Amino acid sequence: MSPVNLDRRSFLRISALAGGGLMIAAYVDPVTGLFAQGRQGGPPPVPNSFIKIAPDGRVTIIGKNPEIGQGIKTTLPMLIAEELDVPWDTVTVEQGDLDAKYGQQSAGGSTAVPNNYTAMRQIGAGARQLLISTAAAQWNVPESELTTDAGKVLHAASKRSVGYGALAAKALTMPPPDPASVKLKDPKDFKIIGKNTRNVDNAAIVTGKPIFGIDAKLPGMLYGVIHRCPAYGGKATSANLDELKALPGVKQAFLLDPVVPSLSGGVVILADNWWTAQSARARVKAVWDSGAAVANSSEGFAAKAAELAPKFPANATRKDGDAEAAFGTAAKVVEAAYFYPFLSHAGLEPLNATVSVKDGKCEIWAGTQQPSGIPRNVAQATGLQAADVTVHMMRMGGSFGRRLNNDFITEAAKIAQTAGVPVHIQWTREDDMTHDNYRGAGFHFLKGGVDASGKVVAWRNHYIAPTGTNLNQAEFPARFIQNYLLYNSVIDSKVPTGPMRAPGSNGVAFAIQSFIDELALAAGKDPLQFRIDMLSQPLVLPPPPDPNAPAAGGRAGGPGGGAPNPFGGWDPARMKATLELVREKSGWGKTKLPAGTAMGVAFHMSHQGFFSEVAEVSVDAQKRVKVNHVWVAGDIGRQIINPINAQAQIQGSVIEGLSSLMSWEITIKDGAAVQQNFDEYQPVRLRQAPKAIEGFFVASDYNPTGLGEPVLPPILPAVANAIATATGVRVRTLPLSKAGYKWA
Amino acid sequence: MKIDLNVNGKAASVDVPADMPLLWVLRDVLNLSGTKFGCGEGQCGACTVHLRGRAVKSCQVPVSNAAGAPVVTIEGLSPNGTHPLQQAWVELDVPQCGYCQAGQLMTAAALLSTTPNPSDAEIDAAMNGNICRCGTYLRIREGIRRAAANNAGANKIR
Repeated sequence: MSPVNLDRRSFLRISALAGGGLMIAAYVDPVTGLFAQGRQGGPPPVPNSFIKIAPDGRVTIIGKNPEIGQGIKTTLPMLIAEELDVPWDTVTVEQGDLDAKYGQQSAGGSTAVPNNYTAMRQIGAGARQLLISTAAAQWNVPESELTTDAGKVLHAASKRSVGYGALAAKALTMPPPDPASVKLKDPKDFKIIGKNTRNVDNAAIVTGKPIFGIDAKLPGMLYGVIHRCPAYGGKATSANLDELKALPGVKQAFLLDPVVPSLSGGVVILADNWWTAQSARARVKAVWDSGAAVANSSEGFAAKAAELAPKFPANATRKDGDAEAAFGTAAKVVEAAYFYPFLSHAGLEPLNATVSVKDGKCEIWAGTQQPSGIPRNVAQATGLQAADVTVHMMRMGGSFGRRLNNDFITEAAKIAQTAGVPVHIQWTREDDMTHDNYRGAGFHFLKGGVDASGKVVAWRNHYIAPTGTNLNQAEFPARFIQNYLLYNSVIDSKVPTGPMRAPGSNGVAFAIQSFIDELALAAGKDPLQFRIDMLSQPLVLPPPPDPNAPAAGGRAGGPGGGAPNPFGGWDPARMKATLELVREKSGWGKTKLPAGTAMGVAFHMSHQGFFSEVAEVSVDAQKRVKVNHVWVAGDIGRQIINPINAQAQIQGSVIEGLSSLMSWEITIKDGAAVQQNFDEYQPVRLRQAPKAIEGFFVASDYNPTGLGEPVLPPILPAVANAIATATGVRVRTLPLSKAGYKWA
Repeated sequence: MKIDLNVNGKAASVDVPADMPLLWVLRDVLNLSGTKFGCGEGQCGACTVHLRGRAVKSCQVPVSNAAGAPVVTIEGLSPNGTHPLQQAWVELDVPQCGYCQAGQLMTAAALLSTTPNPSDAEIDAAMNGNICRCGTYLRIREGIRRAAANNAGANKIR
């Protein structure tokens, strides 16, 4: 640890709050978001203001990350409050704007907890240490005799105590401690971490306060819509702009060429209110230049995939042993083709952005998962300076990965600049569903072989997908089968794709974990035990380096560190523990189920989280499906920060997975999406939700990791496997509705 | 055209096209933005308000149909967020992103006003028009049950 200095190299900075009180800032590395200890070169660390303590002791903590329903606006401040040692009910949480002083600010990849678990605690602990030092100086007693409790410093020997707020003035004269050197609490002393802590915005939500992007309003702003060329990459070459501008309430109408690659161009209509702008779209007569995407269709992709399936690329993406030879000697060989479609994110709040461009400055109010990219993107599109772009982060009505791309914000800024007035650009549901960055479709042509003892001896996967996705060479079951072969083929596509909750895993797990059940059936083995046996094989070594896997015990390293992980993050022991836990909790193999009802199991590791899930499912003769009960067992490290939110994330992930399993598909025709609204893209509704979804955790000794994503992938195959067991019929194409299934 | 409305017990006169949906009058003209836009075709229920005491999807109600009739929005459900459903929602930590919850609460409140102690089947039927994309349904169910129980308790005390 570097020594404490009293200049800008200090990691904490203290300053007075207007009206009294104390503001405690921490130096954060703007590049990594972590303390700048030992870092050489690059931009200097800047102070933030994570904590404010008022004279009356009330504490304000900044939530720095974007809130999309994952609960991070509650989670990160909990970490600070715990170590500061203040009662949670004296804490007010404020959403931070985009500012380099807060370090990394993003919502994606389930990274907030692993990246911030220690850093946020250190900020709180450093502030607490400062207050202890202050009280020690004020009372002229050794720091070692002082303790804290509930926002007070205590001196037991003299029975004195002082509230943090009352120490503010004196604290301003004290040298700030180095937070990295301050001892963090022993987890057994936690009063907030690990305790059910409710969403800090609950009261605002249930009373309808204007906290979402759609609620932003500016004086003199116009409401706008963009009537786009339906085909991806297309644009309008002309339109009846004069006629549109003559409509009552319409203020401006102009053509907009594509501002960003993922959004086609079209006609912008601005009006006094949104309904007037939206209504004018029915009157648009535009000439479209649709571009090359019109050649794209889901039908065409499927035909191309079938054509490519037997034509393996010259180079395998991964080749261990000799799979083709092993198929020749296997006792049983199974072949199957799996498919999952494009998906729209369909967050309930359609995309929107409110933007003012004035005197060379751009100010934005919008929901975004990746605010740090906005200034650069807007600067590119508008010619303004990135430093002149301000971003106010609004709460998001869901997002699920869509707002990792700021395309819609960049475009709104260009519109505001062109219009010369502040604008609120509001997409319709149809706009949102037909101009998404879709979860990519994928085809898996699988072949597996088991030997006479029922062991998997060979595996071949030819993964074929429209442009935008490929299959990671390290994806399970790589390393767990001696003879393993993976091919990737790409079908040329102009359909925009992007990350969606558990990207790279949310469809892949369906194909792989379903096919494992097919192999278990061929081997005559219990599917859960078959999986444990697979995970117990000697691994194919050496493991390839996985550039995406964070070094264990590295960034998220807290007290106790974390055991080094030799397999690029994929630890069979951790997964086996979740399988054993879900076996126990679900009563797998021990529960007598009626005809037409069965349990299915699946597991998947993603975003550093290990999850095994069992679903109990009933299917009747009319293919009506009821998911009765879901058991989820996971390992995300040694500490569940907020259990009540952890269960919420588990329930939400399961229900989202059920929506995509049963109903969701975006079909492409003529380079555009066919489905437009929820009637054609039905999410699970309340009456279809399982009666019980229970989450359980393995208490491992790894650093805490995120929970927003890794629960989702296994639920699709768990339910699909249960249906196959209940009916004897395997469905390999999503969504299930295409095969006539529906919710009971 | 000029239309006289009664929203959350207050009179409001608006000058808007007669076919403008009540949703957009509430949001953009009256600045009552707690009522949310989700689909524009009555599929998702995010825009649910009470009109003449019944839950309606305000994106499907031309404002002229609401003239003179009592409209209640999430902002008017209770004076200080103290409706039993609002309390249950906070206690059970129902919201995730929170965007659909105004609509969920208004639908549930209409249910409880006619059916103070709903069965599971009645809850399922009443809530079918409200999508929660985050999947908070298990807690919504529990929240309605809890509010019904608390309501019943309150009635007994009275």
